[in-house]
Amino acid sequence: MHIPDGYLGPQTYVPLFGVSFVFMSVALKKLKKELSTKHVPYLAMAAAFSFLIQMFNIPIPGGTTGHAVGAGIIALLLGPWTAVIAVSVVLIIQAVVFGDGGITAIGANCFNMAVTIPFVSYGVFKLVNRLSSTQSRMSVAAFLSGYAGLTVSALLTGIEFGIQPLIAQAADGRPLYAPYPLEIALPAMVLEHMLLFSIIEGVVTVLLLRYFLKNESDLVYALSVREA
Amino acid sequence: MTRSQRKLWIGLLIMALLTPLGIILPEKFKAGDAWGEWGTETLEKLLGYVPEGLKKLSDLWKAPVTDYNFSGEDSSMTVQILSYIASGLLGIVIVGLVIFLISKFVAKNGK
Repeated sequence: MHIPDGYLGPQTYVPLFGVSFVFMSVALKKLKKELSTKHVPYLAMAAAFSFLIQMFNIPIPGGTTGHAVGAGIIALLLGPWTAVIAVSVVLIIQAVVFGDGGITAIGANCFNMAVTIPFVSYGVFKLVNRLSSTQSRMSVAAFLSGYAGLTVSALLTGIEFGIQPLIAQAADGRPLYAPYPLEIALPAMVLEHMLLFSIIEGVVTVLLLRYFLKNESDLVYALSVREA
Repeated sequence: MTRSQRKLWIGLLIMALLTPLGIILPEKFKAGDAWGEWGTETLEKLLGYVPEGLKKLSDLWKAPVTDYNFSGEDSSMTVQILSYIASGLLGIVIVGLVIFLISKFVAKNGK
């Protein structure tokens, strides 16, 4: 889901830089207010985790590959705003150092993965999970939160790809940037995620939430008192 | 560092050692690039042309470790696997450093 350079025209990537910049600025302000030194190692580990899990490319036999992002579980553990920072840092480093995702597409990729997934995942978890929830209900909430987060992220990526042929054509009428129209790009991105990659994101979210509930339950932001 | 934090860091190191699965499995199952992340050569094959604007922007940036691979695209699987692990470890270090730098400016003691 890392959009490379050249797939988005400036009409798309410039505004998305703006949107991501606003979210990151607000996130930094919130972090300044709320981040305590004892949470810093967890923030670093969360970002390292997101970096690593994105390296596990999962194949669709004979087709494409994709991966989880880990942004959903980070939002549940550390809060959505903190997750924005953790995952943005990862995406920027991936683009600059490893050429994974374009430099011009950093705004778009941060919006799709570092902003969208944390807030969708967090919102879905809060919606499904109740204070009195049983453990199984909480697990369902966690799975759905990861699943929905990555799927919505894929949906937005598909839209960004798909609108390119509408926005910009060369003199000969051929697309200038990403070549496939919405009716191809959107289902391609959404379906491969719904059928495989989002399931992985959901499972990762459940397993890690259960681990932290068992071992470090006071860390879990989504279940902390001030939020409940 | 607390005991549970040490356990988590060890978990992350193990993850880094396992990352080559992320290149071995796609190879085994004959899966190609992620959708929409094709290089210009692949696009040429898919479409019969490379969109003009895309071509211009595509080589804007030359990343130091392109595709988590320290040697060329045609390097052997063994080299790719070692590169991938090294990239994972390097990623942990860089990401960790950046987060600690950001945190130095924003985190408060005793809260």
